[in-house]
Amino acid sequence: MSSAIERFDDRARRSFEAIGQTEVYRGELARHPVYTRVLHWTVALFFFLALFSGFGIYLPWLFRWFTPVFGGGALNRSMHPWFGLGFVVFFFLQVLNWIKPMTWIKADTEWMKNIRKVVSGKEKLEAPETGFFNAGQKAQFWEIVVGCIAFIITGVILWIGAPTFGRLAVAVSYVIHGISALVMLGGIFIHIYLSTIGEPGTFQAMTRGTVSEAWAWTFHPAWYKEVTGRDPREAYEEAKRRMDAEYRG
Amino acid sequence: MGDRKTLQAQRISGHSGTAPGYEAQRDLKVCKLVDTTTCIGCKACEVACVEWNDMPFSPTTFDNTFQTMPETRWNFWNLIKFNEHQNPDGTIQWLMRKDQCMHCADPGCLAACPADGAIVQYANGIVDFNQENCIGCEYCISGCPFNIPRFNSATKKVYKCTLCSDRVGQGLEPACIKACPSGCLKFGTKDDMLFIANERAKQLRDTFGMEKAGVYDPQSIGGTHVIYVLHDATDPERYGGLPSNPTIPWSYTVWKWLAKPVLGTFALFGLLGVFFHYVTVGPRRPQPEPPKREETR
Repeated sequence: MSSAIERFDDRARRSFEAIGQTEVYRGELARHPVYTRVLHWTVALFFFLALFSGFGIYLPWLFRWFTPVFGGGALNRSMHPWFGLGFVVFFFLQVLNWIKPMTWIKADTEWMKNIRKVVSGKEKLEAPETGFFNAGQKAQFWEIVVGCIAFIITGVILWIGAPTFGRLAVAVSYVIHGISALVMLGGIFIHIYLSTIGEPGTFQAMTRGTVSEAWAWTFHPAWYKEVTGRDPREAYEEAKRRMDAEYRG
Repeated sequence: MGDRKTLQAQRISGHSGTAPGYEAQRDLKVCKLVDTTTCIGCKACEVACVEWNDMPFSPTTFDNTFQTMPETRWNFWNLIKFNEHQNPDGTIQWLMRKDQCMHCADPGCLAACPADGAIVQYANGIVDFNQENCIGCEYCISGCPFNIPRFNSATKKVYKCTLCSDRVGQGLEPACIKACPSGCLKFGTKDDMLFIANERAKQLRDTFGMEKAGVYDPQSIGGTHVIYVLHDATDPERYGGLPSNPTIPWSYTVWKWLAKPVLGTFALFGLLGVFFHYVTVGPRRPQPEPPKREETR
């Protein structure tokens, strides 16, 4: 099973490498291949289409002004399930793409216990066990997996409707669908913040596909060690010495 | 109605106290009475409905009954349902019930609808859809205990019987009432119709030996503005799925007026959270950062 996923994913990566490229400059590391980037932004596109069309259904009195973007309230409503389906389908490919680095490990539980320090900015360097993704990223990823399952089940019930599934099923789905969307809405603010101004240097990982070495040893030391073979702590100390010397000189 | 009241005499000269008839008001609530015991299944009401509401007739499905079509449609709001019911003693009852929107006092469609102004309940009890504001989410279909609203996939909006609100507003009776030849359909105030319905049910019980005859005006949804006289009020289900205890899931009310705004506000805390994180704690930068100011000296 897992090898089949890998084969599928490898083939996808190779074919996308033929379309685009990832230029890695000196002092940088390749982080996300072309396939992952395209997948991420396709998921993002469908997510926002579904989100914004969803606003027009969630609170029509507040978002009526926005529904003309989708051709008015009724067309907005009839397109919303297709946007949602696109989101779930492409996120499913994203799951295949990322299932390995997103696997929860023991160090992640430790990271979660330590989250207060990370959020308060007291911990400048990530714990040395932090790999390709940290526990926060993994938590969000698995939240979206659960959310997508909730979306697709309740979404199909809402789409096909009460005559097929019964009134109660629709009434319950209506609530679960909304709660799932709100959790993701709360999450997307954090995701966008941390990938842009919250952790400078992160955004280019999803655009050009590369990150600076300093970014890697700071935020994902175990991954840095894996790809460079160097000790992240030592690399940091060395860079610090160089920088201190530069400021003293 | 308001303007009629302003010219009502309050006090008159040469007369102590308030004027006679002051604050007397005719009952605003309208009601359609359907006496299933006198319906002859002529379908004149179906034709009148289609005619008045200017809805083109479309091909239908024959299901081996006298029924025009299996269920009402977005452009066919009024359907006589024919049901053959076998009594325990082996006799057969051929039941005809005019199926249409019941215009509930506590409408499930209105409770479920998220679009502002898409469903309106008038002071006279008529529940009407305002397609202009409808977003076609179809939640009203799940809210309705009578399976009435119908979705039109071309216009992507829902439609149903308006109780001829356009005619009633002009002081006319609904089109179906006007067309009924047997007197089985009556229209008037809710009080009058209930009175007539109860009298008729009493007559059925006393004179015709239908001990279970009664009036269908379900109190679980606060009563309806379309009421039935049934041969057997204890088993409305036999009349083509008339629910004996129609209800509206309470989750609609809780979700719409409590959970939805509260949880929506919580989601916005994500935005506030990251904003205040940035202005208080600030970003995490790749290390090493340049030394702090004091250290450079």
